Amino acid sequence: MSSVEAPTIRKTALNAVHRQMGAKMVEFSGWDMPVEYPAAIGCGIINEHMAVRTGVGIFDVSHMGDIRLAGPQALAAVQHISMNDASKLAIGQAQYSALLYPAGTFVDDVIVHRLGEDEYLLVINAGTREKDFNWVRDNTRDFDCAVENLSDDYTQIAIQGPKAVNLLQKLTDADLSAVKFYWVTRGLILLAKKSMRRFLQNTLIARTGYTAEDGFEIYVPSDEPTSTWVWNRILEVGKELGVIPCGLGARNTLRLEGKLPLYGHEISDTINVWEAGLDRFCKMDKPEFVGRAALEKAKAAGVKRTLVGLEMTERGIARDGYKVLDPGGREIGYVTSGSPAPFLKKNIALAYVPVEFGAVGTALKVEIRGQGAGAVVVPTPFYKRPKKA
Amino acid sequence: MAYPTDRQYTKEHEWIQVNGNTATVGITDYAQQSLGDIVFVETPKVGAELTAGKTFGTVESVKAVSDLFAPASGTVTEVNGDLATSPEKVNSDAHGSWMLKMTLKNPGDLDGLLSAADYEKFVAEEAGH
Repeated sequence: MSSVEAPTIRKTALNAVHRQMGAKMVEFSGWDMPVEYPAAIGCGIINEHMAVRTGVGIFDVSHMGDIRLAGPQALAAVQHISMNDASKLAIGQAQYSALLYPAGTFVDDVIVHRLGEDEYLLVINAGTREKDFNWVRDNTRDFDCAVENLSDDYTQIAIQGPKAVNLLQKLTDADLSAVKFYWVTRGLILLAKKSMRRFLQNTLIARTGYTAEDGFEIYVPSDEPTSTWVWNRILEVGKELGVIPCGLGARNTLRLEGKLPLYGHEISDTINVWEAGLDRFCKMDKPEFVGRAALEKAKAAGVKRTLVGLEMTERGIARDGYKVLDPGGREIGYVTSGSPAPFLKKNIALAYVPVEFGAVGTALKVEIRGQGAGAVVVPTPFYKRPKKA
Repeated sequence: MAYPTDRQYTKEHEWIQVNGNTATVGITDYAQQSLGDIVFVETPKVGAELTAGKTFGTVESVKAVSDLFAPASGTVTEVNGDLATSPEKVNSDAHGSWMLKMTLKNPGDLDGLLSAADYEKFVAEEAGH
């Protein structure tokens, strides 16, 4: 299967809904997406961020891509193309992983879901959809396993926050309390009151997200009427829980507080696994996977730069791409993502610096409009959700 | 949004209110709305010289960094220190949250600026593109 890449900007099935709600729309990785919803309906990046930390918010993340691998050698194929150990997955379990180039750098990061005995679903980033699919297809040709691009089949809605479970439970017959973090289930999604007997059958429900909070991502058919119906229904039944729609702005600040990497920022085709600090998702005890040999060499040679968390100690906000300076003002690295952190109420950043500047407590500077502003290396993640009692 | 008619506006979304040879400067409601939650306002120090059309400071929202452009040339006489600690006031009341006061060097600078009605038309076009 092949697809001609359209030069026009792409829209999710919920595009008209976002516009009707008055969302501020931006182009993100070739998609026309909501960055935030209006203050007039209680939204804006800070409110949206806080809703997810303290209540519940929903996101249209249909721009994410989906690749299905199925067949007798599906596991062997997944093991070959991803750095985590998919053989550890029970049916219904998911794991964070990454697809690597032979150099040990990133094609993309992914969530690998094991849906059946020989069936896996990789959820990938919007900006790398075509590249990822081609790469997966090309690197699994030797395996007895079908590779399908399901990216356009699903409207993916993320329901995130400590109250996400309460909200979604109102809409499904699946027992969500039995679904642990990074596990999936299937269930009905009720589209109206039960008596009306209107529902989506067999909907994939994953307890995953990109907010460093508890939450779910549901995969519903991508036709506009169904997508719109589900989105509106979630907002309606979630009203008493204070649910609000959230855009990519809050999605970014939430993931940054949780130090979740973003492709093109913390990870890319020029950054390797060790530099990105994703060691615990990279299973070197697997005998073989694309990138493994280079990673072994890179480790032996010694890692030169490392991803650190910075907190500004002087007035100023570090932004993506700003230079990081040593205390003497010499350029030593750069900010990959930087922003005010709405929940932590600090100005934080992730940055690549030489390892000798990576220790917690190291005083550094970030160049903001030509001036060095004080920052300090802090432990990460910046935010960790409280453990349930 | 009704834009106050007691002042003039720039196409970069600042407002300037003139009183004799002094003026008060801020950003418009349209600007605060486009920026979103404002978290940082950086203004020049008292005594700084501003040049019409040149940047004189920065406003940052969670997501965006935006330069401030001087509507006229002159010398800064006062800055609104309140905004250093409560920048969100610009969101709740953009036309009341002034950023600085200045003495005008050349009152003729204001001749090319927009009236409230013209500015309203201008943003309607910009928003509706």
